[in-house]
Amino acid sequence: MSEITPDLVRHLAGLARIDLHEDEVVRFTEQLSLIVDSVAKISDAIDANTPATSHPIPLANVFREDVVQPSLTQEQALSGAPDSGQGRFRVAAILDEE
Amino acid sequence: MSELIRKNASELIDLMAKGEVSSVEVTQAHLDQIAKVGDAIHSFLHISAESALATAKEVDRRRAAGEKLPILAGLPIAVKDNLATTDAPTTAGSKILEGWLAPYDATVVTKLRNELMPILGKTNLDEFAMGSSTEFSAYGPSKNPWDLTRIPGGSGGGSSSVVSSFQSPLAIGSDTGGSIRFPGAVTGTVGIKPTYGAVSRYGLIALASSLDQIGPVARNVLDAAYLQDAIAGHDPHDSTSLTGSLGSMVEAAKHGSLKGKKVGLIKQLSGDGFQQGVRNRFAEALKLLTEAGAEIVEVDCPSFEYAIDAYYLILPAEASSNLAKFDSVRFGMRVTPEGNPTIERVMAATREAGFGPEVKRRIILGTFALSSGSFDKFYGAALKVRTLIQRDFDAAFAKADVLVSPTAPTTAFKFGEKVSDPLAMYLNDIATIPANLAGIPGISVPIGLADEDNLPVGIQFLAPAHKDAALYEVGAALEGILEGIWGKRMMDFAPELEVN
Amino acid sequence: MAKANLMDYEKAIELFEVVIGLEVHVELNTNTKMFCGCRNDFGDEPNTNVCPICIGLPGSLPVVNKKAVESSISIGLALGCQIEANGGFSRKNYFYPDLSKNYQTSQFKDPIAFDGQLDVEVPSGNKFTVLIERAHMEEDAGKLTHIGGATGRIQGAEYSLVDYNRAGVPLVEIVTRPVFGAGAEAPELAAAYVRLIREIVKALGVSEARMERGNVRCDANVSLRPHGQEKLGTRTETKNVNSLRSIERAVRYEIQRQAHILAGGGTITQETRHWHEDKGATSAGRPKSDADDYRYFPEPDLVPVQPSKELIEALRAKLPENPADRRKRLAAEWGFAEMEFRDVVNAGLMDFIEEAVAQGAKPQAARKWYSGEIARIANSEDKDVSEMNITPKQVAELATLVESGKINDRIAREVLSAVLAGEGSPQEIVTSRNLEVVSDDGALIAAIDEALAKQPDVLEKIREGKVQAAGAVIGAVMQAMKGQADAARVRELVLERANQ
Repeated sequence: MSEITPDLVRHLAGLARIDLHEDEVVRFTEQLSLIVDSVAKISDAIDANTPATSHPIPLANVFREDVVQPSLTQEQALSGAPDSGQGRFRVAAILDEE
Repeated sequence: MSELIRKNASELIDLMAKGEVSSVEVTQAHLDQIAKVGDAIHSFLHISAESALATAKEVDRRRAAGEKLPILAGLPIAVKDNLATTDAPTTAGSKILEGWLAPYDATVVTKLRNELMPILGKTNLDEFAMGSSTEFSAYGPSKNPWDLTRIPGGSGGGSSSVVSSFQSPLAIGSDTGGSIRFPGAVTGTVGIKPTYGAVSRYGLIALASSLDQIGPVARNVLDAAYLQDAIAGHDPHDSTSLTGSLGSMVEAAKHGSLKGKKVGLIKQLSGDGFQQGVRNRFAEALKLLTEAGAEIVEVDCPSFEYAIDAYYLILPAEASSNLAKFDSVRFGMRVTPEGNPTIERVMAATREAGFGPEVKRRIILGTFALSSGSFDKFYGAALKVRTLIQRDFDAAFAKADVLVSPTAPTTAFKFGEKVSDPLAMYLNDIATIPANLAGIPGISVPIGLADEDNLPVGIQFLAPAHKDAALYEVGAALEGILEGIWGKRMMDFAPELEVN
Repeated sequence: MAKANLMDYEKAIELFEVVIGLEVHVELNTNTKMFCGCRNDFGDEPNTNVCPICIGLPGSLPVVNKKAVESSISIGLALGCQIEANGGFSRKNYFYPDLSKNYQTSQFKDPIAFDGQLDVEVPSGNKFTVLIERAHMEEDAGKLTHIGGATGRIQGAEYSLVDYNRAGVPLVEIVTRPVFGAGAEAPELAAAYVRLIREIVKALGVSEARMERGNVRCDANVSLRPHGQEKLGTRTETKNVNSLRSIERAVRYEIQRQAHILAGGGTITQETRHWHEDKGATSAGRPKSDADDYRYFPEPDLVPVQPSKELIEALRAKLPENPADRRKRLAAEWGFAEMEFRDVVNAGLMDFIEEAVAQGAKPQAARKWYSGEIARIANSEDKDVSEMNITPKQVAELATLVESGKINDRIAREVLSAVLAGEGSPQEIVTSRNLEVVSDDGALIAAIDEALAKQPDVLEKIREGKVQAAGAVIGAVMQAMKGQADAARVRELVLERANQ
């Protein structure tokens, strides 16, 4: 019935970089199935000709001039970092080649 | 001193301006109240007593020296903990940001500082503003001062409870689907979601960028008006910020009137299925509006049937993207699993440990709504429903100056009642969500207590985009009528707080 | 890294039709980044050109750089594109430590420019029309440094360091439609196309266009299909091609590699590959998979970009002459033969010669030094002319020194070597090594006298009509003068002497 399966939930969690436990996968599958089944009726309300609205208030062409503004200091930039070194944020090795 | 805390903001401003009371006295009185009831209610995640008093002292010094001061100078305020502050941690109610000190202030916070308002502290919220009860705060819920076994509303339950328990005269909240208005309704306070773009979002930890708006939380309409006037305005740091002025809300509140106003009763939100006590108070309020010279007209907004569906697709989609930045690299929590984990594993472990269940649920849902193969049916469709909702509002506002509904389907429910049932929890926002989708402003004003539980009930008014002033006009008028009938203020009905 | 088996190139072309597609990223030279006011600069201390926006701190919001938009429109116009009247930005969602928000703000279905074309000439003289699908605006990512591995590459690294100075720098991504019919010249076409892009953006003044600095980056897509087959073959995308020569080599390599696999009955894996200049080969990177579901959606924090017709026409009026016209003009101004000019273009020397001429060199002299000498030396050292340690100004100086007779051709070559070795400018070297040609007739005559004293019969022979006898004296004089004499003048003087 529902599109939401445990495999799909695991896949989505992977895309979202969240290491879900198995019991969460089970629970979320159930809960999200209910939600998705409920909201799916949204397609009844629309047709191909209905335009989409992504911004609630119509504004356009908001720009700033190409003038340098003060930056953070290196110290401020790194102030929240769990780990840093040589003026840079330090992270564990990356799995994938870019 | 305890009388001071029961005064409205506008009264306190007046007393301070006249020199009858100092800002330090006002601030200290509130700090005393915080000390007395703070633990019981748990409105605050962080209290900044020292810096608040320092600001108060500075205000008194300048006032004594005869300097001209901003209107709200010396008046204490509390700030929802999803707004960046440089001198107090900003956690967004989440463990993933525990202790995070932002290197910059949100624009609204800068305005409060420029207004010389002592900032008492940061208030509790559902984690990342996702929720309607504060039960999803990683730091424990806040309590409703009317009944400590009940929720104060959410996500801004900290702000609503702080004001309704007299720990602060004013508070700043944020509203994405009702997070200011729903708490306002269930705590007997006034809450406004301004027109989208009226208040800068720079420094607000984003939940759903196209729905979020910052707004005032207060005990009466005029107080809220002062606050909206202070925080609204164009901000070049926020591309979605409105460029024009919306006029003075204070003037609108001071000249509240219902005469000749066309008030649109929304067919889909007229109370069908709502708690009986809510319906009773609402019907009475409509009668009062009519007696005061307003005309109730019926408006039909069929697309509202899909509003919750659209909302619970747009919000999670945007949130899933907004929350991607919480990855242990630049700030916040880092969890390093055993062995030699790659950064991908560190990110996944951190987000698993740092996010609560509601946040995770919505991120997964949002990822689903945006993923290829699902986009058109879900997120894409939701954007189209948004168009239909705006059209329904446009048609309604052609017939009425403001629209009306009960703010919420029920009064404050008990802790634990809905927390395991996401769909049930989502229905709290059924009346408030359409305004966020359309970007129009909305206000919740207390209209009395429900008979069955003696808990506060709120009425919601909605106005066209940019017409926030109409809400203050109508809200202040109704509030005046009700206070006249009651012979007292809404908060005077609240039971004495039992604190051990 | 094992080198793959390659089919002979001619054979590959015989068996298969080559289809290429090129994605070129151009780094704009605006003062500030795409969405914030941080400095857009190269080589500063890490994480000093950053702010809450470009390091993705919670609560930050982007604001679009107007100059970047104008530069992007100009690029689109120069590529013969249509300009999007109602476009905007979208989020491209994926996780990577150099991406400070874990999404890139880019453009999806509404690129600022689309449907253009460029006429590209390859060394053989053949011309191809390359269709441009789109040019869109986006932001660059930060820079990762991998520590602990063997060669500073990702494999085997212990940890990585992130510098966000580059994060948020404006990029324009130019994407071609698949290019058919280039056949054996596909590699040359790819390089010539990118060279043309470089010329265009340099002439527009919107980018420094230095490939070695990463101002212009190319990803090359290559696929093969049997002749006559309608369906396109599986393509690979090769990244990390940092020079025009690399592009040519990488495309050629992929053709040979894929041909070998296909001829052997195998299939091509759709994947991203990396070019290794040192090994002259590509290696497999990440397979393109479901993980590349970028979940694009319209950027809610930014509002639509709707360039007015006036703006577009104003930018169109400011376009410099297009490359084809420029080349015609220069060829005529310089008076080069068609073959000569084409060689200059193909060797990438047009800009250098233009600059040297601007600095005072005669065109043929500039060509001789660049084409005949500097390019030759660069090739022998396996370098690009741009990497050689001499500026157009210095070349002009060298040419002028020869033109004025201060030094002769042989000495000039010596000076050139010294400049390339970093000894200074041509004039400085001539002075410090005392290389100026002796122009004082008196000194020459003295040397001639000395030489004649040792070869007395030379004058007699000359008078008898054997003019070539002068050669011995000239030779002796040149040797005595250590080559610092104008041989022609010496000859003149000797002959004069003979006729006295």
